[in-house]
Amino acid sequence: MGKKRRLRLGVTTRREMKGYLFILPWLVGFGIFFAYPMFQSFIYSISSVRITAKARIVKPVGFDNYVYIFTKDIYFVERLRAFFLNTIFSLPVILVFSLMIAMLINQKIKFKGFFRTLFFLPIIVVSGPVLERLISEGATTIPMIEQYGVYDIINEVVPYMLVEPISYLFSQLILILWYSGVPILIYLAGLQKIDINLYEAALIDGASSWVVFWKITLPSLKGIILINAIYTLVFLGTSEINEVIILIKNNMLNPNTGFGIASAMAWTFTVGLGLIMVIIYFIGGREKPAVVQKKLPAKKPEKKAKKILPVRG
Amino acid sequence: MNISALIDRHRMDRYINKAKKALLGSREKTGILFTIFVYTMLISLGFIYLYPMLHMFVTSFMSLDDLLDESVRWIPTHISLENYIEAFRVMKFKTTIGPTILLTVIPSLCQTVVCAVTGYGFARYRFKGKSIILVLVLLTFVIPPHVMMVPRYLMYTDYKMIGSIGVLLYPAILGQGLNSAIFILIFTQFFRQTPVSLDEAARVDGAGELRIFLTIAVPLAVPAFIVSILFSSVWYWNETYFSSLYLGSSNIGNQNTVTTILMELSRFEDSYKKYVQQVAGYWGAGGSVESIANEAIRMAGTMISILPLLIVYFLLQKHFVESIERTGITGE
Repeated sequence: MGKKRRLRLGVTTRREMKGYLFILPWLVGFGIFFAYPMFQSFIYSISSVRITAKARIVKPVGFDNYVYIFTKDIYFVERLRAFFLNTIFSLPVILVFSLMIAMLINQKIKFKGFFRTLFFLPIIVVSGPVLERLISEGATTIPMIEQYGVYDIINEVVPYMLVEPISYLFSQLILILWYSGVPILIYLAGLQKIDINLYEAALIDGASSWVVFWKITLPSLKGIILINAIYTLVFLGTSEINEVIILIKNNMLNPNTGFGIASAMAWTFTVGLGLIMVIIYFIGGREKPAVVQKKLPAKKPEKKAKKILPVRG
Repeated sequence: MNISALIDRHRMDRYINKAKKALLGSREKTGILFTIFVYTMLISLGFIYLYPMLHMFVTSFMSLDDLLDESVRWIPTHISLENYIEAFRVMKFKTTIGPTILLTVIPSLCQTVVCAVTGYGFARYRFKGKSIILVLVLLTFVIPPHVMMVPRYLMYTDYKMIGSIGVLLYPAILGQGLNSAIFILIFTQFFRQTPVSLDEAARVDGAGELRIFLTIAVPLAVPAFIVSILFSSVWYWNETYFSSLYLGSSNIGNQNTVTTILMELSRFEDSYKKYVQQVAGYWGAGGSVESIANEAIRMAGTMISILPLLIVYFLLQKHFVESIERTGITGE
């Protein structure tokens, strides 16, 4: 008995080893290109790094770098604030807009292929230099907006605090919409996974398509929305036209500020992004099970609930 | 008399009902109004979406007169290819296209292969700490790579890799390329969906793990490979922030370094100035040469930089959309 058991254990460990073997390259890469640089970057962020002809001199200075970027640097705080404010405002727009388009192209329509090609097109075009060109050309805004004095209305109606992000929203409308490429894709895949029986059941019960959207489509997509929100956030954060990361690079190459300051900025930015992600997670992710249970009609208990579950991720 | 009026009314009601059904739709069929609404939305949104690209496309063909003429908005008076010829020269297209393709294709292929292997490992094997490692994979996506920028740059400097393809290749080979985490998750999800019974059968027949992976799993995962290669080459093509740093072209006074087409685009103005001065010097003219690129030339440059992607996209778009549907990107 004991012998047999040891043998079985041997087989499982051998299979385990094979599993590790498959992910070994990634594990090595994680160590070299992720974990170690992360650690090192943190060390740099609390040191002053001086480069001489012979060597790098890393001298710990505590949190001086952080104090510097928050009190002395003229751009950092301002750009960080602008970025996060604009992001918070454009994120819901992107999420709603991409859901809308995804639902439109998910219907039985003619020229489906054409419309899909069209709406996925920005995925391949969105890159830093191209966007810079288009922005400087004024091609990322709808010309009508300026003609009809939308900005004046915004200035009058909206409270002072929100003027900047909302006019940003309008002035870069197309740009923001262009960020919806991948979210549309993700929504589409999610929409196609919703069990068609659910819709049929709702139809038989006499639900209008409006009700169906709120009671079936949206709750089923909740997990997907969360994924999209986080994806979009990361995407906006790492976008090459994000002024915060441009600043980080400039500081890195600037001999006066150097690697220490750049690392501190990068870390601050990352922590900020992380905080927003946590907030999004708590808004979108926490009460998932309750919603599904509540939204499901009592007539169709167990079976349907199980079918929705995987979609929520 | 009374009865005929009633019949008339009944008929009217029927017609009204029919019309209502046709316009607003019934349970079985969508109405005309709704269809019109859907198409209007699609077309107008599509136009808004395409507006910048149309603008870019049209402007790139305009001559200087057209640019200055207010009445010319969408249709140039005559199509001039001058802008393209000039932009080609400014961006040194002939010398940059080679390195660009190399720096796009090789890392993306390596990245795809490694992510496929890693994803297979996650999908098919059970081992200790798998869930923790998966969380780490997610972490590599969520944490912006700018944090690692300084140490990575110093690391590449120490090993004298700055300016070589290695700066893109080695991270890709070790699964830390551009957005590798997404591809790993796609592959994990995809391999989870393919049936295990085939593996078991092959294992009974005495096939090794690697052989099972190569001969059974990989052929089944073609859609995932297409998506992965496409996305990853698009992202590598478009990336300039890190590659310009690691390839050394953002260092001041460093001229003989590798540049890609996108990098050339990002410093188009400077290159244009140099180009104009060069041409002016060649013709013996000096002094005040107009050295600011007009928007037609700039747009032509932008068009050139996205044209290869567009061509690939339109050739492969059928596979692309189908594959995305089959990969189940959203599984995690």
